[in-house]
Amino acid sequence: MTRGIAARLRPPAVVALVVLVMGVPLWLVVVTAAKSQGEALSPDLSLPSRWLLWENLARVWEQGDVPRAFLGSVLVVAPSVLLVLTFGSMASWVLARRATRLNAVLYACAISGIVLPPAVVTIVLLLRQLGLAGSAVGMIGVYVGIYLSTVVFFVTGFVRTVPLSIEEAARMDGAGPVRVFFAVILPMLRPVLATATILICLYVWNDVFYAFFVVGGRLDTLPLNLFQVANAGLYLNNWHLIFAYIILMSLPLLVVFAVAQRRIISGITGGAVK
Amino acid sequence: MRPAPAGAGRRTHPMWFLAPAFAILFVFFFLPTVFNFVYAFTDWSSFKSDIRPVGWDNFADLLSDGTLYGALRVTLVYAVLVALFQNLFGFGLAVLLERDTWLNRAARLVFLVPVLMSALAVGYVFQALLKPDGSLNDLLGGVLGTTVTIPWLGDTTWTLVVVALIHAWKWMGLSMLIYLAGLKTVPEDVTEAARIDGATGWQAFWSIRFPLLAPAVTFNVATALLGSMNGFDIVQATTGGGPARSTEILNIFIYRTFGQGLFAQATTMSLVLFLMVALLALPVIRVLRRREEVL
Repeated sequence: MTRGIAARLRPPAVVALVVLVMGVPLWLVVVTAAKSQGEALSPDLSLPSRWLLWENLARVWEQGDVPRAFLGSVLVVAPSVLLVLTFGSMASWVLARRATRLNAVLYACAISGIVLPPAVVTIVLLLRQLGLAGSAVGMIGVYVGIYLSTVVFFVTGFVRTVPLSIEEAARMDGAGPVRVFFAVILPMLRPVLATATILICLYVWNDVFYAFFVVGGRLDTLPLNLFQVANAGLYLNNWHLIFAYIILMSLPLLVVFAVAQRRIISGITGGAVK
Repeated sequence: MRPAPAGAGRRTHPMWFLAPAFAILFVFFFLPTVFNFVYAFTDWSSFKSDIRPVGWDNFADLLSDGTLYGALRVTLVYAVLVALFQNLFGFGLAVLLERDTWLNRAARLVFLVPVLMSALAVGYVFQALLKPDGSLNDLLGGVLGTTVTIPWLGDTTWTLVVVALIHAWKWMGLSMLIYLAGLKTVPEDVTEAARIDGATGWQAFWSIRFPLLAPAVTFNVATALLGSMNGFDIVQATTGGGPARSTEILNIFIYRTFGQGLFAQATTMSLVLFLMVALLALPVIRVLRRREEVL
């Protein structure tokens, strides 16, 4: 019975793979973040002679300006996600319901941003001309501009599966378009909005490239702070602090994931493969 | 129910609902893209305040010193390698972890951790892991019984492959999820029927289930290609474009020249990236739109 052997070999293979491919790098992060500077000079997989994880986390928290960077990240991520979902759904609803030739063109334009890269350098110039250079407002505008395409793509497809009769019932009761959209349509979009929220939070929370161009040096976000701090030589050969920072920075998303993993997984996969 | 009279859409689905989204798209996405086509032909820099048109000079400069060709080649090779590795790993994991045992569920969650981590953080982790005196060489040395000091991130030929592997490592969990979802859409009885007709498990898999994964493959390959062409964080955190600029993808070049105050050159490369992605993406958009109409 060859199939029996294959089936019995599978669990140990899974364990070995997880340990080697995931365990080694993640272990390196944890043990290095718990070492003293001398021990962490050349990071290896050995256990720290004394666990200094809390001390290192506390030190990064204070010296690495984590609270300010965390606040900066939240200040940018929350409005970006809220605006991109609201504006994106509003546009998607009309684009999905009114199949005119103009709307077909507008839809193609709106989703082109899924593939086309944003013009990072000239965005800086434009923001300067608008007086938004280095501001949170400018950063939020840039993120909304970049991720509107993703929202419009996902939501338009979903709106088409929502039966028209539901809107019409509300309309018979005398509801105007604003009421119909916010009271009837928006609540029905919850599953697809959950998917979009997860993906966009993931991208924006971890983004360093666009943030560097738009707000670099003016406003701290967590990834930007890690980037500047690791680049600046301040942390050169301070692997224990870099890895402690990485742990602090990854924790919020990991906690959200641990709490809502089932919904997140079905959200991501539901959007991609229909 | 009475069909809605022509023009009723104007009242029930007013066009002003499009206004906020398109206003932001116009200002923060389309306008900078238009600027890209303008400022790539100027001498805009941080060294002087006036900006004058210079025609094709920026392109000529980048072409003559081989930078343009080099960065394009590195970016394309990187994108293809990432797409290849990420899909191989993601698909392999999906097949390995397909059955819903508790062990497989737990393993899937572990493989999703890097997807949630910042790419920059992943880059720093591997920079530490792959140092000549780093842990990977220690492990290899332990297995082989000698001292191994391979400079994983210091080779002008192979480092690009190593960095592509790291990129694939970060994102393979997402590909795995999408392949898993694809595998689940294939009904049990189809494979069952093939078995009854005498197909081996292997044959049934490749001839029945694999073709039905086509949408998942399209999605995964497209996102991996586009994601890596727009890549920055992982390369910056592991090699910074080195050694000898052998891993300098377009966004690294843009970042570097922008930092030097050579805004026009950075804009020119940004335009090159835009044109390259646009050329490669046209077929991708067509596929996405077709899928979207099927929905």
